[in-house]
Formats: sequence, structure tokens, C-alpha cells
Amino acid sequence: MQTMNPGDTATVQRIVSELKGRPGPLLEVLHAVQAALGYIPPAAVPLVAEGLNLSRAEVHGVVTFYHYFRHSRPGAHTVSLCQAEACQSQGAEALARHARRRLGIDFHGTTADGRFTLEPIYCLGNCACSPAAMIDGRLLGRVTPERFDALIEEQP
Amino acid sequence: MPTSVRLYVPGDAGATSVGADAVARALAQEAGRRGVTLDLVRNGSRGAYWLEPLVEVVTPAGRIGYGPVTPADVPGLFAADFLAGGKHPLALGPAASIRWFAGQQRLTFERVGVVDPTSVADYVQHGGYQGLARALAMTGAQVVQAITTSGLRGRGGAAFPTGIKWKTVLEQSAAQKFVTCNADEGDSGTFSDRMLMEGDPFTLIEGMTIAGLAVGATQGYIYLRAEYPHAHRALKTAIAAAYQAHYLGADVAGSGRRFDLEVRLGAGAYICGEETSMLESLEGKRGEVRVRPPLPAIKGLFGQPTIVNNVVTLATVPWILAHGAEAYANFGTGKSRGTLPIQLAGNIKRGGLVERAFGLSLRELLYDYGGGSASGRPIRAVQIGGPLGAYVPPSQFDTVVDYEALAAIGALLGHGGIVVFDDTVDMARMARYAMEFCAIESCGKCTPCRIGSTRGVEVIDRILAGTDGERNVQLLEELCDTMVQGSLCGLGGMAPFPVQSALKHFREDFRARTRQ
Repeated sequence: MQTMNPGDTATVQRIVSELKGRPGPLLEVLHAVQAALGYIPPAAVPLVAEGLNLSRAEVHGVVTFYHYFRHSRPGAHTVSLCQAEACQSQGAEALARHARRRLGIDFHGTTADGRFTLEPIYCLGNCACSPAAMIDGRLLGRVTPERFDALIEEQP
Repeated sequence: MPTSVRLYVPGDAGATSVGADAVARALAQEAGRRGVTLDLVRNGSRGAYWLEPLVEVVTPAGRIGYGPVTPADVPGLFAADFLAGGKHPLALGPAASIRWFAGQQRLTFERVGVVDPTSVADYVQHGGYQGLARALAMTGAQVVQAITTSGLRGRGGAAFPTGIKWKTVLEQSAAQKFVTCNADEGDSGTFSDRMLMEGDPFTLIEGMTIAGLAVGATQGYIYLRAEYPHAHRALKTAIAAAYQAHYLGADVAGSGRRFDLEVRLGAGAYICGEETSMLESLEGKRGEVRVRPPLPAIKGLFGQPTIVNNVVTLATVPWILAHGAEAYANFGTGKSRGTLPIQLAGNIKRGGLVERAFGLSLRELLYDYGGGSASGRPIRAVQIGGPLGAYVPPSQFDTVVDYEALAAIGALLGHGGIVVFDDTVDMARMARYAMEFCAIESCGKCTPCRIGSTRGVEVIDRILAGTDGERNVQLLEELCDTMVQGSLCGLGGMAPFPVQSALKHFREDFRARTRQ
């Protein structure tokens, strides 16, 4: 079993105690943990389970069901490329090939320097400005390979 | 020069994705340099995305539009005295009179792109909360009857009559009922929910409030997809403002009646757009679909009677109450009453949102509004209704966009998104993608969906590799049939639609090819 540092443990426990009184709180708790720590550390699962009076299996089942929840620490920047139909019609696959080459990683991978994580995403609701991408919650439209490179360059 | 000029620069996620924030900053900077005071409002998008960022200036002649504006255009705009509506190559005239909007019938979207989405006062000034005022003077049964009379059907895709759903919830006796809004807009090619939540969130809040008061529900939840952080911020801001103005809480608009509302975030599962899966997710569980019956209207969230409606459905309720059920029913055709916000997406020259009464043909939408493909090449196929919707060939472009006419050609309207593909599209690959998407997003509860979709990808791969082509095409057809007949919900049950339509209309693409 992996362990968490005392600071992260305290963060998880604080989140659980703040939210456990709400109806159906598990997703809320997991969102808050991921927002605070960047991912859901495996060692957080038993803490959440105990705090919400659920089994570890239930918590693990929920964490693994949803694509949004991460099981490992992401890079400093998360780059999501839409791979759904509207973006495909405007060159999303070619953009994805370019992004993989540029960053030297495949989807779900993180660059060796820990700066970028690349993820596929299925629709960002920006289908009239395809192809779309999102970098750390910032939505981007009409992303050409050149614009992609410029966006990567400008990340701190 | 007036002391303060009001400017609108959309804060809509789509507009910001193509530079609206940078334009707003450049405008503020240039105004500062020139000693001009701007009253800069971040409105929603009017939905003409090819013109975004679309800047509007309030002049005595109305709101004059300029677009698409880049930060580099800003000094030139000031030089052309655009703050007084001056001439400039990007000038579009009064924004509401742009030809693309002129033919539209904006009911649900009447305020989107027009108002300040953070201001209750602006909302009220533009006709907001009139529907609630009417509803408060009626009994719950009368409100439900009005919704039934209006002919409103679920805009999420299932097209179930909204009034009947509400009536079922009204008739239940329970200590707690719920109103839930399905804002898990996951279909590719759709963005009307997002636009509305960002551009006019109070309309959704008012619609949910009316629903709650009508059926006796005191708690509402908006289940919002995690992919929409901008909409999340817009909703949180608007809900806080509505509480502040006593349109939410213990004493809604001075009526002495309670309605509470909060947003809950999904976590990237397409299946949670299915209503029972959404309810599971709201309860904090895996988003696995429930077996129906019982219907959510009888046993829904936490086992209580629950309304589950899409964003656009609920956001149409205030208009119906304010203007009357008959006024709404006067729009549309056949059993498809009212208007539909249609979304033109993908490879289209003028993409965006067109709200019109049901009855327009696909051809009018694609060519009159859309202007044909963005690439300039012939349109070869459109997919209507998201990843579970059929592909429609040009020979069927005279089909009218309503629920029944599309069903008659084996297609479906869904949430009203139309994704356009030009003649470079490989329809066998699109069919493969439909199966692959289903495999990624299947909740796993039933076998036809969970296993069938994976087998579907493999069978299509064999066809493309030239292994036993004929036999595998036949196998694919049988597999589609099994998924349609045997799946528990619409994901597995409809994922074959794009595959079957591709096989039917674009069979020539299902041939062996050499690997690139």
C-alpha cells in the first residue's frame, strides 16, 4: 500500500469531514481531492471510504469508473485534445498525431520532464470552432498544428 | 465623446477559445491610452461562431457589431471611431439584423448573447421572471397543464412529452421530490446547453424553479459535465445572485415557498447523459444505468419522485409560462411543436446555433445558414444527434428537421446537433469510431454494449484488412442487430445506428485498404 505524506492525508481528511454531511457526497469529495492534490492517490481511497462509511471497493469502483479522475500525478499542464466527430471532421486526428510527435508522448502519457500530460477528450462543446483543445481548463478553438506549438511554447 | 461607452465582448467559452479574452484586454488597454472609459460587459455568444470574437458597441442606432475581431484590429477600430458605430471592414451593422439571425425564431435563446449573464436586474429588464410570476398565480396542476398544452418535448434527445413527465411527479405523494437538470451535454456537435448556461443562466434557474413549485419539489440539482468549467463558473455566479435577490431559497419571489438549487459536477462519463445513470452519479455512485421501471418520475434521485429534464427543455419553460402555451404550440409542425436550437458543427463554413421552428429542411440549414462546408469541398455526409445518430447522405438533405420526419428515414434528431463532413471522410473509419466510442464509454452493465462494441471494432478492422470481407460485413450487421435489440439503454442500443447507416449509404467505403 502506498502512503501519503501527512499534509496530503490531512487535506483528504479535512475534505471528507467538510463534505460528508451532504447527500451522495462521494463524487464531490473526489472532485475536491483531485482539485487539491491533482489526482486521487490510491492511499486516499481507504481514508475516503472510512470517512463516508463506504467500502474501499465502492470508492475504488467510483474512482475507476469516471475518466476524469486520475490515478497518478499529472504533469504541470494537462493538454486535452478533442477526438469526437465534429473535431475529426476538421482534422483532429492529424492534430493528435502532431501533438504526440511534438510532445514525444502518446495519449495518457506525461513528458519525461513532468511538464505536459496529453489526454484525449470526447467533446468540449466547441464544435463550431473545431478542432478544439483544452489546456488546464482553458478552452481553445480552431487549433492548427502551428497554434498548438505556439500554445505549448507559451506555457510557463 | 460620451463619458462611458458600453461594449459587449462575449465571455462565452467558444468565443474565448478563439481569442475573446485577448480582444477584451486589448480594448481596455487601447481605451485607457485614449482616455476613454469603457463599460465592458462579457455577454454570452449569439451563436454565430464564425464571427467570434464578435464585439458589439451600444450606439443610438442600436448595438453595432464588429467581427471577427483580433487584438491587432483594436487600434484600427478606435481610429475608425467604432465606439460611435464608425465604418470599418469588420463592421456588420446592427448585430441583431445580421442576416444569419434575422430569419431565426429565438424563444429559448432570446436573451443569450444579449444580456449580462451575471445580472439579475438585466435579466428582469429583458423579460426574465415573468414566467415565474405567472406560475405563482397558478396551481401546480395548471402549470403542468400549460406545459402539456405547449407540446414541449424533451430536448435532450428522447423527445418525451415534458408535461406528462411532470404530471407523474405531481401525482406522487412524497416527503421530498427533486428537479434535476441533465447538463451532461456529451454529444459531439452539440453546444446549446453550454451556450445557454453561460449566456443566460437565469433562464435555466427560473425554469427549474417553476418546475419545482409546480410539482412540489423543493430541491433542484444541475448535473453538469466536468468538461464545462466556464459554464460551471457562470452557473455558480448566477445561482448566488438568484439567492441574493430572493429568487431562490426559503421565500421564492416573496411567495413564501422554498426552492433550493445547486450544481453537481460529473466526471467525464458520456453514459451519465442517460437519465438513470445520471441519477446514480448524482448519488455519488458509478454511473451504471438502472433498469426501468420504476421510472425516475416515481422513484428517482435517492428513491424519490424526480423530474429529469435537459437544459434546453427547462430553459424553455419560462417562455411558455410568460407567453402562453398556445403561443409556443403555434410554432412547429406535426407533433414537433415549438422551436429547436439546432447546432451546426464540424466542417461547416458558418457554424453555430440556429433556433427556428421545427420544419426547416436539412438543405436550408446546411447551405442557407451554414454556407456549405468550411473546406469548400462537397458535403458527403452529416451526422445528426450525436455519436449515436445516423449518418445522412446528400440524397436525403430535403428531409425536414423534426422528430417524425427524421425517424422516417431511420435517423434521429437527438439534441439537435448536426456534424458536417466533406468528401474526404472515410465512412468505414467513422463506423469504427462509433463502436470504439461505445466501447470506451459503456458502463459495462449489459453484455451487448460492453462486449458487442469491442467485437464491433474488431470486425470492422478485419473488413478493412481484407479478411473475409463479405462474411464480416454480414457479421457486423448481425452484431448491430443484437446490440440494438439486446442492450439495456440507448448507448448500446443506438451506437449501431451510425454503423448501420454508414453500411447502408456508404457501403463502398467498407473495402480492404492498404495500410498507410
